[in-house]
Amino acid sequence: MNNAERSKLKMEDISIEFPGVKALSHVNFELESGKIYGLVGANGAGKSTLMKILGGVYTHYAGKIYLDGKEINIKSPRDAKELGIEVVYQEVDTALVPYLDVAENIMLNTIVNKMDKKQFVGWNVIHEVARKTLQTLGVDINTHTLVEKLSLAQKQLILIARAIVQKTRFLILDEPTAPLSNTEIKELFRIVKDLSTNQNVGVVFISHRLPEVFEICEKITVMRDGKVVAEKDIEKVDMKQLVELMLGRKFSENYPKRKVNIGGKKLEIKNFEDTKSRIKITNLTVHRGEIVGIAGLAGAGKTEFCKSIFGVFPLRSGEIYINGKRIYNTSPSQAVKNGFALIPEERRKEGIWINESVVTNLTATSLSKFARILSIVNVSLERVCARDIIKKLSIKTPDEYQKAAYLSGGNQQKIVIGKWLIPNADIYIFDEPTKGVDIGAKHEIFEIIGQLAEMGKGIIYASCEFPEILGISDRIYVMYNGQIVKELETEKTSEEEILYYATGGK
Amino acid sequence: MVTAKSESTVRNTQSFWKRISDFITKWGTVLTVGVLILYFSLTLPTFLTYSNILTILRSIAIVTVIATGVTFSLTVNGFDLSIGSVATFADSLVISMFVWYQMSTFPSIIIAISITLVVALLNSFLIIKMKIPDLLATLSTMFMFEGVAMTYTGGGSISEGMPRLDGTPTFGKIPHTFKLIGQEPYIIIIMFIIVLIAHIFLNYTKHGRYLYMVGGNIEAARLSGIPVDKYRALAYFISTFLAALGGVILASRIGSAQINAGAGYLMPSVAAAFIGYSVAGAGKPNAIGTFVGAILVGVLENGLVMMSVPYYSMNIVKGGVLALALMLTYFKKDE
Ligand SMILES: Nc1ncnc2c1ncn2[C@@H]1O[C@H](COP(=O)(O)OP(=O)(O)OP(=O)(O)O)[C@@H](O)[C@H]1O
Ligand SMILES: [Mg+2]
Repeated sequence: MNNAERSKLKMEDISIEFPGVKALSHVNFELESGKIYGLVGANGAGKSTLMKILGGVYTHYAGKIYLDGKEINIKSPRDAKELGIEVVYQEVDTALVPYLDVAENIMLNTIVNKMDKKQFVGWNVIHEVARKTLQTLGVDINTHTLVEKLSLAQKQLILIARAIVQKTRFLILDEPTAPLSNTEIKELFRIVKDLSTNQNVGVVFISHRLPEVFEICEKITVMRDGKVVAEKDIEKVDMKQLVELMLGRKFSENYPKRKVNIGGKKLEIKNFEDTKSRIKITNLTVHRGEIVGIAGLAGAGKTEFCKSIFGVFPLRSGEIYINGKRIYNTSPSQAVKNGFALIPEERRKEGIWINESVVTNLTATSLSKFARILSIVNVSLERVCARDIIKKLSIKTPDEYQKAAYLSGGNQQKIVIGKWLIPNADIYIFDEPTKGVDIGAKHEIFEIIGQLAEMGKGIIYASCEFPEILGISDRIYVMYNGQIVKELETEKTSEEEILYYATGGK
Repeated sequence: MVTAKSESTVRNTQSFWKRISDFITKWGTVLTVGVLILYFSLTLPTFLTYSNILTILRSIAIVTVIATGVTFSLTVNGFDLSIGSVATFADSLVISMFVWYQMSTFPSIIIAISITLVVALLNSFLIIKMKIPDLLATLSTMFMFEGVAMTYTGGGSISEGMPRLDGTPTFGKIPHTFKLIGQEPYIIIIMFIIVLIAHIFLNYTKHGRYLYMVGGNIEAARLSGIPVDKYRALAYFISTFLAALGGVILASRIGSAQINAGAGYLMPSVAAAFIGYSVAGAGKPNAIGTFVGAILVGVLENGLVMMSVPYYSMNIVKGGVLALALMLTYFKKDE
């Protein structure tokens, strides 16, 4: 392929409506092969919807799409694929078949669409091609592993591998980096750059992490409330302008951390080890009103640790004390009774009922509070509470009875966080709470965590975003390979130091 | 201006067809029931008479009660195949209390249902503790308790005056109060009460909400602190309880224990519960929907009998209408 063969995809005057929501109105968007485009905007701005139209998921839109000047009609995902448009969707779990193995998932399109008259699948070839594709991504996963056994990051990589396994003209990546580690992101960017310069692929990259957008995109489109509000060359815009365009208001990046008086020991964890020995924690304490960061790279064992405290995994040994009293978190429901709350990392899979309303989702953890005589739920009280959370987290939904499935990815994440704000827990464990939420919501979440600390709760904040941990925590435990390798005072440390210990430095 | 106008007309015609198809999707099953009633009442002059309506209600009562149980197992994303055997077992137990042991009505019912709950215990153990898929676990208990009922009765049947397998003569009679249960109005009242309680339980109480949440996303339910295993067990206990109640009502209606008497209720109950998914666009198992499903099955059966369709061809029509009702609900042009 040479550069003369540039093709151009043009979306013109696109509008789309869902019951109660005008998701896009008169949007124009253009992309050319060989270039990388950034698409940014707050949660619910319409980014995924616009891309789903290109991917043939929604067909009831108004407006026109042109490919190289010719009007085209994308009526199904298959049409999109035939035109060379590949979309990696945000909802990772819905796009994968959990009980098939890695190779089958990567080669799904080939197996489904390209078989022609053949009736038998050439498994050797399938595994070979899948393995090669993973290799180019720098990923080391056995192609025979079942997808349900994989971590969220690995699943995301499988989806990317699926998109690049065949020749594409346009590659759309909807928040691909949210679950990935820094090294994985670097690898992904290397490939994306290679695809765009050497294979002439046009790439759309959606992310809430603006530095990433500045790193690889040439052009950037900003969306707000279903409209395109700006289109810029990347050199002509800075981060601050971009955030203001996204949110439609002035915004200061620095958030002052609340000053909270830290009290006595609230939570103490000793000699913690799960039965599979993935984690070994000798000692961890959280004081009243303290925000304790658990810093570690993806795969360091933060999620396993958070879940183990919460009683999800069986333990080989381990003692938990609250206010000096020994308690037993034998199951999550017992943990909740003991005053624990966990905001899990895989929010769509572990935190959402997509077929239930926003209210039902938000009150899932606190239903007993609304239960009256004969356990009958007081729905009006329930609704008031839900509305309050919707407002607090600015969850974008036409009303509180909307099905969770119809909310944008980031707003679904907010629901999972929101449902733990109603019950009165004592210890809050946040596992990567800012992934996938926009910058405005991120600050609201920090604000809420600050309020919880002020109320004297104990907070564990696990994340691989070191700057965030530095911004919000009082004390930091660095985790590496399932163990706490270092304890640091937030005020006296730096990103470099955390990274040093997080990568195994002694 | 012009573009805006044409755009809105496009949207209006679109939404008109969409509204029609949405309506059919939502009310397809109810519509089918309506059309069936209309058709039968036009062709059969006695169809819509008071006594025939009572006959229909009476005939669907047992199916409704058992199907409500299935509905509970479906809410937690499970499936209870053992209900038919449970009904048979409960039938055998309660009749044996009367005929063999000359006991009175209410103790007999309570003892029979309590013993039958062993099936729920076993189902819960196999499914929750042993992690056997619901369908397979209840398939095995289905066979097991079909056998237990047969062994217990010594061949399957007990009736008044019939000597036991070892030749011991029996003197017990089936009490009059017990026989009343299977007659109107009591049988119909019981049915309505069960549907009503199930409806309130599933839709308005915390426990009902939890059942659906366990079924909707078990991982999310667990991590939200819902005692997932308890609620799954609860669903199976309710399922078994209602199947046993169905068996007791059956015993009252036929006044004896028969070989595999409950087995015939398995398929109509499962059908009713699945039809129930779609009624009023619920999209999930629900009590009222299941009731509508039972009515559909009952009306069809009654009408076909009255039209003297031979019993051996009846299932063809039944299956066909069922498929039609479900087609109306599930078939969508796009999306
Ligand atoms: N199938 C649907 N039915 C109803 N509303 C929908 C549907 N899909 C999207 N929406 C609504 O359209 C709006 C745009 O959603 P979209 O998913 O495009 O947002 P987004 O920009 O991708 O946000 P995020 O950053 O949170 O992923 C949201 O308000 C959302 O609730
Ligand atoms: Mg999105």
